[in-house]
Amino acid sequence: MGTYFENLDDMQLDALKEIGNIGAGNAATALSRMVGKRVSMAVPLVRILPLKEVPDWLGGPEKEVLGVYLTMSGAVTGHILFVMTIDNALKLMKILLGNMAPEKEQILEMDEIASSAMNEIGNILSSSYLSALADFTGLRLSHSVPAMAVDMAGAIVDLVLIEIARRGDHALLIETEFVEEENRIQGFFMLIPDSTSLEVILQAIGVN
Amino acid sequence: MYSKYTVGMAEYRVSQDPKEVLSILGLGSCVGLCLYDPKRKIGGLAHILLPEQIPGQTNPFKFADTAVPALLEEIERLGASRRNVWAKISGGAKMFSGTDSLFDIGSRNAQAVKAVLQTWGIPLLAEEVGGSRGRSIMFYIEDGRLEIKTIGQTVQVV
Repeated sequence: MGTYFENLDDMQLDALKEIGNIGAGNAATALSRMVGKRVSMAVPLVRILPLKEVPDWLGGPEKEVLGVYLTMSGAVTGHILFVMTIDNALKLMKILLGNMAPEKEQILEMDEIASSAMNEIGNILSSSYLSALADFTGLRLSHSVPAMAVDMAGAIVDLVLIEIARRGDHALLIETEFVEEENRIQGFFMLIPDSTSLEVILQAIGVN
Repeated sequence: MYSKYTVGMAEYRVSQDPKEVLSILGLGSCVGLCLYDPKRKIGGLAHILLPEQIPGQTNPFKFADTAVPALLEEIERLGASRRNVWAKISGGAKMFSGTDSLFDIGSRNAQAVKAVLQTWGIPLLAEEVGGSRGRSIMFYIEDGRLEIKTIGQTVQVV
């Protein structure tokens, strides 16, 4: 099964990228409304990768990152992890919260406002990407409330790796860029479907 | 000069080279199990994911109940003697706060490793487990010391 996921051809990846673009468009609208200024979003890259390579994508297992975790339910079950480096998270919070945004040294002890803002980002992205996927595939999809953590990339990802140790082990990685004026802020949105769910998605988008 | 070996998830490494340091970087809810024979200076590190073996899965180092005897056997193969061997463990953090039972896997892992060590009669010399922070750990074969690094804190040695 995993081999299908790894060996998608360009056309199939294009389909996933298109879903990513539609999702990013929806998310940008929701985000702009939330902050009261124009924020656009781009999807520079969509790819499938083994989950254990994720920490290396983020700069190594000890790289400090902010992660928002949700579970996915409905026709497709699995996990969602949105991860960004601390520097990018701080920039994003600056846009969301202005003067109320935390400084770098406060990142381990963020206040309620900052952590709710990042959880809300996780919510918006998850809803947007999942509804784009749902529209494309006709599958009914939903997600849980978000939970957030700031820590080493390896430590944040290992929870999901543990959970899927018995099933599939690939992530659909959607690189997500927030663009506000001259700022470009990078994050990684990952859908990690359980292996049977992966089959459901691939069949629904006409791969196989 | 030390040579560092990084143990990936569900992997292990044993060594009798005093210059070798066995490490796990960015350990979250998993548990790092160190076994060491201080007389012969032989040690091993396993990177454990889950408390109990899942039927049909063959890698013993993934699960607490099978990793303890498997790692013990591997260091014995290098010449360690069971009656000398002690253990140190670290990891098992709760990375996300919330009610999802998945988030408690860290403490279940740590408890399982401790229970299995007891079953096998291996003394637990040090444990640095739980909490809400990830850790990087470094296990020195030369003397069995374990260094634990956490974001925003000074390095601990146990």
